[in-house]
Parts: sequence; C-alpha cells; structure tokens
Amino acid sequence: MSRISFTIDGVTVQAIKGQSILKAADAAGIYIPRLCAYRDLVPHGSCRVCSVKVNGRIQAACVQTVIEGAVVENNTPELEEYRSNIIDMLFVEGNHFCMFCEKSGFCELQALAYRFGIAVPKYQFLYPKREIDMSHPHVYVDHNRCILCGRCVQASQSMDSKNVFQFIGRGIRKRLQVNGDSLAKTDLKVTDEAVSVCPVGALVRKRVGYETPVGLRRYDEAPIGDDIEPGKGDR
Amino acid sequence: MQAKTRIATVSLSGCFGCHMSLLDIDDRILKLAELVEFDRSPINDFKDFQSRCAVGIVEGGCCNEDNVEVLESFRKNCDVLISVGECAITGGINSMRNNIPLKECLDEAYLKSPGVYNPLNKIPNDPEIPLLLNRVYPCHEVVKIDYFIPGCPPQADALWDVLVALLSGKAPVIAYKNHKYD
Amino acid sequence: MKQGTAHITANICNKFGNDRTRLMDIAIAVQERFGCVSHEAMEEIARAVGTQRVEVESLVTFYSFLSVKPQGKVVIRLCSDIVDWMKGYSEVAEAMARELGITMGETTPDGAITLTDTPCIGMSDQAPAALVNSVVVTHLTPERGRQLVRDLRRHLDPQQLVTMVGNGNNEHPLVRSMVRNNIRMRGPVHFAPFEPGKALLKAFELAPSDVISEIKESKLRGRGGAGFPTALKWELAANTPGEKRYVICNADEGEPGTFKDRVLLTECAEQLLEGMTIAGYAVGSDTGIIYLRAEYRYLMPYLQSKIEGRLKQGFLGRGILGKKGFNFDIRIQLGAGAYICGEETALISSCEGLRGDPKNRPPFPPQEGYLKRPTIVNNVETLCCVSRILLEGAKWFASIGSANTTGTKVLSISGDCRKPGVYEVPFGITTRELIELSEAENVGSLLIGGPCRQMIGQVRLDGQICYDDLATGGAIIIFNGARNKLEIAEHYLDFFIDESCGHCTPCRVGLTLLKNLVHKVISGTGEPADLDRMRDLSNFIINMSRCGLGQAAPNPVLGALEIFGDASGGFVAERKPGLLPEFDLSKAVIDAELRVGRQSKYV
Repeated sequence: MSRISFTIDGVTVQAIKGQSILKAADAAGIYIPRLCAYRDLVPHGSCRVCSVKVNGRIQAACVQTVIEGAVVENNTPELEEYRSNIIDMLFVEGNHFCMFCEKSGFCELQALAYRFGIAVPKYQFLYPKREIDMSHPHVYVDHNRCILCGRCVQASQSMDSKNVFQFIGRGIRKRLQVNGDSLAKTDLKVTDEAVSVCPVGALVRKRVGYETPVGLRRYDEAPIGDDIEPGKGDR
Repeated sequence: MQAKTRIATVSLSGCFGCHMSLLDIDDRILKLAELVEFDRSPINDFKDFQSRCAVGIVEGGCCNEDNVEVLESFRKNCDVLISVGECAITGGINSMRNNIPLKECLDEAYLKSPGVYNPLNKIPNDPEIPLLLNRVYPCHEVVKIDYFIPGCPPQADALWDVLVALLSGKAPVIAYKNHKYD
Repeated sequence: MKQGTAHITANICNKFGNDRTRLMDIAIAVQERFGCVSHEAMEEIARAVGTQRVEVESLVTFYSFLSVKPQGKVVIRLCSDIVDWMKGYSEVAEAMARELGITMGETTPDGAITLTDTPCIGMSDQAPAALVNSVVVTHLTPERGRQLVRDLRRHLDPQQLVTMVGNGNNEHPLVRSMVRNNIRMRGPVHFAPFEPGKALLKAFELAPSDVISEIKESKLRGRGGAGFPTALKWELAANTPGEKRYVICNADEGEPGTFKDRVLLTECAEQLLEGMTIAGYAVGSDTGIIYLRAEYRYLMPYLQSKIEGRLKQGFLGRGILGKKGFNFDIRIQLGAGAYICGEETALISSCEGLRGDPKNRPPFPPQEGYLKRPTIVNNVETLCCVSRILLEGAKWFASIGSANTTGTKVLSISGDCRKPGVYEVPFGITTRELIELSEAENVGSLLIGGPCRQMIGQVRLDGQICYDDLATGGAIIIFNGARNKLEIAEHYLDFFIDESCGHCTPCRVGLTLLKNLVHKVISGTGEPADLDRMRDLSNFIINMSRCGLGQAAPNPVLGALEIFGDASGGFVAERKPGLLPEFDLSKAVIDAELRVGRQSKYV
C-alpha cells in the first residue's frame, strides 16, 4: 500500500492511495461534514455536503480520491455557506416537522443544521405533497422526510442482499419507491440494515419512538462530527 | 433611572408554548422585569400598542387574516421583530395543511369527517371568525423579521440569551445545546 | 395481466436476450406495443431479465417517452422550446387542445390521442414543430394543427401526415420526412463530397497509435461543446488495460436550439460510421454504439440500413477491408426522452439499461465506462471530423479555424433571424458575422448553447466562436431587443428543472428555488436584494452541482443579470415597511372568501 500525503486547511494528512479524501480526513481526526456518505457503503455523492476544494476546484470528498500533494480546503467561509445552503434546501424541499419526529435528536440532517447554527432556512418552503406508507407491520416510510440520500437503496442490496428500495422519477419529482405495491408487499424485515441506515425519519421502526429522553439523545449535547474532531462544532 | 426597553409579544397561530417557555426562565423573570416594560402582550393582557416598542416577540405563524393584520401592526410598531418558535419560523404543525387545498381542509373539518354534526351543512361564517389563508405562512414571508429563535418551544435559555444580548446591544448567539427544533 | 400480454412481453425480453443491460430497448418496445409499461409488464420484464420490479420502474419513470399509465395510440408531442414559443407554440397548442377537447398532458376519452409538450426536438429552424409518435411535423400554425388533429382522428396513422417530404436524404424511402435540412453554409469538413472507405484505408496505413497521433496533431477537440481534446480521450482509453473497449457516438442532441447533428445524421451518415470505425481501430475496440435520441427515431431505419450496407461492403464486420484481426460492429441504442443523457456518463448509464443518472467521477469513462470497460464517447460531429482528418491530413485540418481551435464548427442558428439553419463555419467567426449571415435584425441578445451556455448582449458582439472565447456545442439562438431576458432565463430554468436527474441537491432543489426567485422578480414583487440572491444562488448551483447540467443551468440567469447591469428593467422595487410585496392578502384569502361566502374585512 503506497502512502500519499496532502494537506487539509494547511494540516498535512497521510493517506492510502485510492482512499477518498473523506476517509483520509476521518482517519486524521479532521471532520468534513457529510450527509449521504455512510461508513462502508459506496459513496452516493448526491448530497454534496462534503464538498471541499481540491487544488482550487470543488469536489465531493466522499468520491474524490486523495491526490499526492493536493491542497484541500475544508473550513472556509465559502464552503461553510455552501454546505449550509444544502441543508436549507433539504429542509425546504420536504416537510420536516422536527417537533413530532421520532428521529429528532438522532437525525443527521437536523444535527448538521444545529452544527451550522441554522435558525431559519434562507429559502422559501416548498411544502410538497408527499405520501406516508404505513402498510408494513413494523416499519413505515414517510416521504415527507426523505432526502434521497440513497443509503437504504444501497444497504438493502449490499448489506441485506435484497432490493427493497429504488428511486423513481427525476428532478424535483424524484422519489424513493419500494419493490411492490406497498412496503408490506416487499420482503423488508424490521431488522434490515436498510432501515437502520436512514439518516432522517423517513424509514422508521414502529413503536420504539421517543425512547430516549430529551437531553440524552445523540446530538443533544455534542454536535455531529464531534466524535471525529472533538470541540470544533460548538458555539 | 434609565427608561426601560419596551417589549411587545403576541401569539398568532401558535399554542402559547413559546410564551410558556418565556416564563420558564424562572427567577430571571424578575431581572427581566427590571430591564423591560411589557407593552402589548398576553402577559399583561394589553390588546393594543401603548407606544412604540423596541422589540416585538412573535410566536405562531399566519393562518388567517387577523394574524396578518396583527403581524403588520407589530412590524409597524416595533423596531426589531423576533420570530420565536417553529410556527413563526416554519409555519409549524399548522402548515401540515399547506399541501392540501383550503376547500378540502374546510370540507373535511366541517362537513365530511366522521363525527361531525352539521345539519345545515355549512362552513361556519361568523364575522368574528377570521378567514383562513390559502396556506399557513411563516412570519418572514409576510413581513420582514430581524431575528429567529428556533425550538418547539425554544429553550428558555435561548430566549433569555437572545433578549439579553439585544438589550445590551450585542449580536445574539444561541449556544449549541440551546439550539433545537423540538 | 392477460396471458397474451404477458406472452408478448416475455417475447420482447427474449428478443433482447433477456439481458438486464438491454432494459432500455425492452422498455421502449413494450411501450410501443402497449402504449405504456404497466406494473404488470414491469413484473414480467423483471422476471425475464432477473431483476426486481422497482428497478424496471426506476428506469421507466426516468424517461419522458416511457409511461406507467396508458397513453393514446397516437402521442402528439408539441415542442415547447423557447424558439417554438417565439414562433407561436401557444396558439398552436390551444388550437390542437381545443380540437381534441382535452388539455395539455391528457388523452382523449377514447384512448386514441394524447397531447403533451416536450422540450426541444431539434427542429428550431422549422418551428413550431411536433412529434406525432416518431413522425416529425414542422412549421405548424393553429389551422394546420387543427387539420392535423382532424386527419389523425380519421386514420390514426402519423405517417399519412407527411404529404410533402423535405430535401436531401429526408426524401430517402426509409426516412420520408417533411424535415428540411436548411444547410445555409457548406464547409470543407462535413459538406464536401465523401467517398466511403477511403478514410478507413488511410487509417489502416497507420498503426493505431499513429492514428491517435494524427488526431492529436489536428488538435481536434470535442464538438459537443466541452472541447476536450479527442486524442487525449482516445489515448487514455487505448492505454487502459482491458479485453474490451467501446466507442460510443453521442447522438443525443438535446441542447435546446441545437439541430446540427440531425442534419449530419441525415446527410453525413457514412462519414460518421467511418469515423466510429476509425476510432475503434485507434483505441482497440470492436463495438460501437450510436446513442440516438428518441426524437430522431425517424432516422433510425435509415441509419440501420447504412450500417447494414457497410457490413455488406466490408467496411464493418470481421476483418474489415481485409485487415486481419480488426473487427468492428455498430448498434444503435435508442434513447427515450432525457436531456441529461447527452452527458457522457449518463449516456453510458442509459446504454447499460439504467436510469440516465450521471456517474460519479473519477473514474472517467476512458478508464471505466460502459459495462465498466474503457469507453470513449464522442459527439456526432467529432466523429465526422475524424474521417475528414484521415482523408485530408492533420495539417490541412489544423490550418482551418483559429489558433487554439482548429477546424470548422457546424452551428445551428435559430430564433429571431431570417435564415435559420445549419452553418458550417471556420472557428473564430464572430457573433457579429453570424448575425449578418443569418440576417437577423434588432438583435437584443444571443444565447450561445452548450456546456458553457451563456447569454450575451450587444457589448459582446465581437466575441469569437472558439474554445478560448465563446465555446458552444452548436446552438446559437437570436433574440430581438423586444424579448424579456429574464423571461428567457425563466423558460430555460423550467427546462432544466424538468430535465435534472435529481441526484444531487444543488441542482435538484436549487433550480426550483432559483426559478421561484426569477419569477418573483418578473411578477414585480422583487426587491434589489433579490438580484443578489439570484446571483448567489446561481453561483452556488454552478459550483456545487455534480454534473454539467447543474453547472450550466443558471447561466442564462447570470447572463440576463449581466445584460441588465445595475438597471433591473423596472422589475425590482425597494421594499416599503409593512407587508412584503410578495405577500398579497387578497390572493391569500380568496379561497376562504369563495368557500365561506364573505369578503375579507381587510381587503
């Protein structure tokens, strides 16, 4: 394995050839915000939150592999604003009612908004009409909250060896779809990884909501990314 | 003694939870009373502005024509307007109706839904009942809003910190642990 | 699903070898046979090719020429591109809808005719135009639209609508189309005589790597608009180890206002097929694919016959022209209505039987493309250039054009001008010269199409068409001074919103938000800060989008803002205290007033 060295905001980082910038940064204890990227799933490259500047060009850190000697910019005012814009866009694109969402406090979209200090999205809400599929006995799909990150699509295939989810339509009408007339007609099991990987409250296990008291939830005290690079996200 | 800063508050289409949260600052309410004078507010039950205010605190979104009227008068009578809580900022729970045509909402509520007793088969039309808007509007889509304090309701500490900062002429910052949408 | 229907669907799958990667062809065939790809058909297809229904649904719902719900026996797709609007789209649409007794997007109750609109079908030089199934009708007027509907009602046979055929190969028995070529200027690269086979023999005199060197020396750059050096692309593919490589011709000409590939496919098919074969020889590939946009389906039988002809002549097939070990075959992959498939990685996805989502890069197609094999994707015009370069030599080619941009460019000029059509001009020509050639008057602005799509005003009329200045895939749309530039920008935004694949957030959501902002300003409720917001949002979308679509879509907005300068054309007013200008209480209460039966006391 050949080693590569490059810099992120001036800090020299060692990486393995072929590794993504995101993974290399993680290993070096530098947090690059991300939303659709998830552990070992093949990067989807769709949310664009992890955008960084590589030698002056904006690239998604989850997809872009490390380049010897590259100058990577991460925490710049421009990128911070752009990332914040994306979170704003995802909030106005769907219908995100945090006050009654079971995922609140664990939601990665919400957590990024907290980290970025967003009080109000800078764009107008679109209030789209979206469906909720309650047909499955143990899991429901709430399309109001889906951010089209593709985690469930891939996890169902690669981790569960199924093919429960896929995207239909295109553009602003793009939606998550299940392999059948409703979720109940699919072979989804409540234990499937596809359900666990959802970053928001779009795929939710029934009857287990609000288990954790407010104050003890994942992102109540420490910002998202604090596990990778402690102390940077607090205000 | 310096003149106290005048503050007005209102709950448009909200649940008064944000006002409850304001009371939740506990004994700091005494300190607040030293700093400010409440003008139009449900706290003192003044229905009209007594004089121009430095700060207007708005809870709730705009669901109906009266909300718009009141919000407009807040904009006219306050130097600084703060949207407080999810209803004011996003439309909140009320805005769940925003992707359903108003006619459908009214028909469902007053005519069709199970358990409705409405022998005249009419939508209520008392002049005292304000007309609903076609959808729920966050306050900043109706008038210019200067500051936002998120939360459902906002944390008492968030309200306190922002108010104190504004009263002392500083830029308000909400600490991470107080910055919540629920 | 009826037994017979299932059987037919299964047969269609079988015809394509029950191959998952041929899902496009299968879905298109099923659509044509049944007027839709129903959920039942999806189940059947999924079973036959070994995938899941949702995978088939994912593909079907992506392409606008495929539908889950049944469409009419005849589908009229009226082109709603901006040039068609300028030439009377609205009146034609209204006339046809009224004659049919339906609104846009609907099907007549008897299930016979569907009326819908569709983005640019590559007929801007003869707008307003429409596709009736795959038959092109041009120069529509309200009266001709009504007559067309009446005729269709009688016979339901689109081909019978063609009473007068166009010129050139549009008269060919396998085309028989009323489309006219409108070649206004013939240059030496594309419209000089071409004798099939000769360029190929020249190529065979060279080693494959020397063919690439020849192309390198000619300084040929991609004609799709991005201008990537062709030889570099080929070299990368040739040097990437692999047992199989692919040559793909991008004939998915979807850029609004572009129609030059239509003419090249009609008149220069031999030159194109030969260029593909030479490319195959150069990079070590034995398979070529022409990705033909659904709108040009009327050219498919003709192109197919040309391929077969070349097979018979020994210009394609095994041991081409006696060259042992060099085999090359070409198949046509039909598209199904998706602008994004003109982006090379999206095009590859589509060829693989997937949604036309662009792929993440790296890896780039020459490293890992179609079916994960090294693949070169070249524009129709680029491949035609290749044949001519081999015939006339790299030096000859490089002597034409401007310093860094060699050769000629085939432009599609349309809009407010007297001579819309195709012009083969040397690179370096100025926009002023183009305006003169096309006999345009009172020019307000030009839209130079392509990945660097931009709107330019009077100040830039000395701009040169070349990669260092105004790069273009070929579209030049002329707008007279009376046209509202922001409305033009809004029109294009609508197009991009419809055509975005929806994969990445900035493009999927950002374009809709940008459109809303532009609309706010057009409707007179904007404030000066909205112009800055438009600029910021445009730059965000350009910088953050994953592929060329989002990276270019806001350009017309920026162009319009630039032409405005600081004067915003009276669209923007300073905000007064009180209610925001965009909030209109009378509009907001009207639903309640109607339902409840009383007037608002505040209005």
